[in-house]
Amino acid sequence: MSTRESSEHQRPKPDDEESVAPVVAPSANKAALDAEVDALLDEIDDVLEENAEEFVRGFVQKGGQ
Amino acid sequence: MLTAMLRRVMGIETEFGVSHPGHPHANPIRMSGMVVSAYARDAGQVHPLAQRWDYDEESPLRDARGFDMTRPDADSSQLTDDAATANVVLTNGARLYVDHAHPEYSSPEVTNPWDAVLWDRAGTVIAEQAARSAAAAPGGHPIVLYKNNTDGKGASYGTHENYLMTRSTPFPRIVAALTPFLATRAVFTGAGRVGVGQDGRTPGFQISSRADFFETEVGLETTLKRPIINTRDEPHADPVLWRRLHVIVGDANLSETSTLLKMGTTSIVLSLIEAGGPDLGIRLANPVATMHRVSHDLSLAEPIGLVGRAPMTALEVQAAYLAAAREHRSALPADSATDTILDLWEEVLGTLAAHPLALADRLDWVAKQSILEGYRRRDGLAWTDPRLAAIDLQYADTRPQRGLALRLEQRGSLRRITDDDAVARAVTTPPTDTRAWFRGECVRRFGERIAAASWDSVIFDVPGRSSLVRVPTPDPLRGTAEHVGPLLDSVSGVAGLLEALSAR
Repeated sequence: MSTRESSEHQRPKPDDEESVAPVVAPSANKAALDAEVDALLDEIDDVLEENAEEFVRGFVQKGGQ
Repeated sequence: MLTAMLRRVMGIETEFGVSHPGHPHANPIRMSGMVVSAYARDAGQVHPLAQRWDYDEESPLRDARGFDMTRPDADSSQLTDDAATANVVLTNGARLYVDHAHPEYSSPEVTNPWDAVLWDRAGTVIAEQAARSAAAAPGGHPIVLYKNNTDGKGASYGTHENYLMTRSTPFPRIVAALTPFLATRAVFTGAGRVGVGQDGRTPGFQISSRADFFETEVGLETTLKRPIINTRDEPHADPVLWRRLHVIVGDANLSETSTLLKMGTTSIVLSLIEAGGPDLGIRLANPVATMHRVSHDLSLAEPIGLVGRAPMTALEVQAAYLAAAREHRSALPADSATDTILDLWEEVLGTLAAHPLALADRLDWVAKQSILEGYRRRDGLAWTDPRLAAIDLQYADTRPQRGLALRLEQRGSLRRITDDDAVARAVTTPPTDTRAWFRGECVRRFGERIAAASWDSVIFDVPGRSSLVRVPTPDPLRGTAEHVGPLLDSVSGVAGLLEALSAR
């Protein structure tokens, strides 16, 4: 849940963390955080399997290693 | 040769979940075979009908010929029907085949965790392409592959890491020194899972998708009574010098940061063990129960029972390994790659302790939990709601349009380490610094003349010769681009290649 800007860095760079962390610090801004997650959920809603129950029931695998 | 703490020969094997949407009883072995042979056909760079896996490291040429001759008339349809044995060696040096009832991608050998991430990522792309090829083939149907470890109903399939280690390191010391690390590393390697227990019947969320399937401390098994430390010992290298440590506790990671940390920290800890350490005085009172509890403890604060000392949390155990690695590192020459992993390890452990949600853009389990908690808050869902289980599965869907981890990456919510161009190259080209280069380049240049191949060999069918010629590749660090590149460039066919090789 970083901002788009902060996630453009391809490789984790410790120096960047101080600018990223406050965005999601626990009590920093819960409403803003929820809004960001909601935007993400709206996108996910569009691609989620339509019949979740049938999809989950139908996902049957044999054991492997 | 590989002196840095984290550099060693390594690789990742992934068994993919395989599904025919709407047909839960579709035969998974047949589907896996369809996927493997369809990819081989469509990739156009491999010759699956000529290729076999060379299972016998020591087989004389006559045996190799006989092996090949058992399937003289194979064609593509037969290969599909013979799904359980579908197997190809790819131009990137990887192996794509059917293992049990799953398509498996075994990455080429690499020498560092960044390359492990890259060729693992290439495997996900290959899996997705393979499923599309299978759907488009005559008689095909939709198949979706999932990079996960369980169906949530009691079945599990693996994502295994391999690390080459010095043979002189006593195995009991590996067991003692590595077990606390493996039992607690899920705090950053976990893929997250909806449901607790092997069949997931207890509602809730846990950190690792694999932890509940481990039942014993040490053993040879991989499919039942799975052990934290696996004792399989096929080094695919000089057995006097090397052991291949087969780590089977890992989750299938979509997050590149999780994979990077998994491979990097484990390799560093193995270096400590090879050097005679680390002397942490940490012995788990109950390793198996600890592994389960670490996975179930979303607070990351539960104390873990230790032998002869006060309990520690999983994060504290990891911090003790990190401190030992820092100390060991300080006595060695400059090594920025190792420092990068140590810094990332430290930062992630610190963030997990302070505000773990901040890692939703880097760790799989946090990213998944964040989505799930978002749905629970917005829609008031209970953990038993099938929509949450569906999200868990769909997180690992390998299709770019449907896979939730891939969607997170596309919108910038999950960080990348690789880029698409590098991944596209890794789909078709091998790492340059291991024998995978020789294997992959031989497949690319002389594919129709390769009768079989394995980690330790390439077997050629040479025009005009009555017997097959087996070129052994026992040293993982020979057969590199530097080592045999000029030679390969100087020959025009396999006869010339073998002549040049035998002259060396």
